[in-house]
Amino acid sequence: MDINAPAPSPTGDSPATVGVPRLAIDGVGRDFRTKAGITHAVSNVNLTIHRGEFVALIGRSGCGKTTLLRMIGGLLAPTAGSIEVDGRSLWSGSQVDASVITKLGFVFQESNLFPWYTVLDNIALPLELRGVGKRERRARAAELAALVGLAGFEKSYPRELSGGMRQRASIARALSTEPELLLMDEPFGALDALTRERMNLELQRIVLETRATVVFVTHDIPEAVFLADRVVHLTPRPGRIRQIVDIPFGKPRGVDLQTDGAFNDIVRNLRHDLDEED
Amino acid sequence: MSREKFFRLLPWVTTPLLIVVIIVVWEAVCRLANVNPLIFPPPSMIWDATLVLLAQPTTWEAAGITTIETVVGFVIAVALGVVIGVVLGKITWLEISLRPLIVISQVVPKVAFIPLFVIWFGFGMTSKIVLVVLLAFFPVMLNVLLGVRSVERGQREVMASLNATKWQTFRHLEIKSLLPYLFAGMEIAIVMSVIGAIVGEYLGGNEGLGYLVVRAMNALDAPQMFAVIGLLSLLGLILYFVVNEAKRFVIPWHESVYGQRENVL
Repeated sequence: MDINAPAPSPTGDSPATVGVPRLAIDGVGRDFRTKAGITHAVSNVNLTIHRGEFVALIGRSGCGKTTLLRMIGGLLAPTAGSIEVDGRSLWSGSQVDASVITKLGFVFQESNLFPWYTVLDNIALPLELRGVGKRERRARAAELAALVGLAGFEKSYPRELSGGMRQRASIARALSTEPELLLMDEPFGALDALTRERMNLELQRIVLETRATVVFVTHDIPEAVFLADRVVHLTPRPGRIRQIVDIPFGKPRGVDLQTDGAFNDIVRNLRHDLDEED
Repeated sequence: MSREKFFRLLPWVTTPLLIVVIIVVWEAVCRLANVNPLIFPPPSMIWDATLVLLAQPTTWEAAGITTIETVVGFVIAVALGVVIGVVLGKITWLEISLRPLIVISQVVPKVAFIPLFVIWFGFGMTSKIVLVVLLAFFPVMLNVLLGVRSVERGQREVMASLNATKWQTFRHLEIKSLLPYLFAGMEIAIVMSVIGAIVGEYLGGNEGLGYLVVRAMNALDAPQMFAVIGLLSLLGLILYFVVNEAKRFVIPWHESVYGQRENVL
């Protein structure tokens, strides 16, 4: 399979782990028992992601992209294969390794903020769970609020924010523990088109600033091509990788790229391949 | 004046106005139609009776007793309701196996037991407190049970993805999701508590405001009956207000609280 990824970016990792991929997915599958028998939601997926890479998973509904991401995120145990983060296995059987899951940050489709906490306390929650002192976690959360463009809203409650701002807060919350790997499950799926476009630019800026490694699930092809270094196309029944497309454009990318001929060729080809499926 | 402010201030004007109108019409009907005050006394007579009542120390004693019965019963009911509601909410097989019994015991007219409670616990406060607990327990327990099960799935997954311990999930998520349900139950329970205390005193007692109603009835003193009922309403109103204020203080982030403040329409 295709692993000619762009060279890993210098992220200041210790020399011991430089050669190890950030994420190694090997023969991963997930079956569900249903009344009709066994459904293969995900089958034999192999994928290697390197430091600083931005990988988008695309496919139609039911192609297993969210299932795959939930397995990478430690929320759903795979029934086959192994997932390694920095060379350490995430799952042992159906048990998740606590020391590995702490390397991950998860952003959901809904912001899932806690309405009883302020924006600042929501962002700081993962740090509080880790026992970071109040002053330190507040300072860190304030930095992150500024990073995602929420400066001045630290003391607001989630209900006082727009959908886009809530999703910014949830991204900041996921970044608060400085995750090795940021997993995003259609984070902008519930937003309107204009907000979404702005959030894509913001996300690109944040990812470049934090040098994060990202796995990003979406069903929006232009969004995937705009954000990703590689786009992974999954096909349903059973969910498996059909192709991996390298996106050659340098970063940061501007909105003008979306009217670029080469950009639209990639989008058109991918759309064609997705339409071909049935 | 802004529209929002207008709607916020409106009830402060209309409520006293309506009360005044009702009292004036009531008084007028009684006087013009020459209604027998033994059957339906005018507000002026009720007011006089209230002043007489308030001047007697026994009234305050009775009010104190009714308040103690109500509050003690309410607190016990809330404590029991929370504990049993959480246990049943967490242990599904237990809740399913007990569900028929819970439904039956809810439908049973608990007020009918008061003569038995008097036999078991005597004429004093205990028998009334028992009735209060029985009446106030169910709304708390059922709401807590519902609340325990109503934690949002997405928020649970956030805690799972953060590798939170059970205790952390309870402290940051479950208990906070539960509180609005608990307060909804408590608002019903405090009303039931007052009813329980009064009915208990009606049926089996020689003290408390409920007993004063019975005494006034036996003396065919309709104005005094109305006066005691007025005091009971005031007691209920104050206790409900206390619970409601506690809610505003504890869960200011909840829609039932901020909705009242911000979206008047």
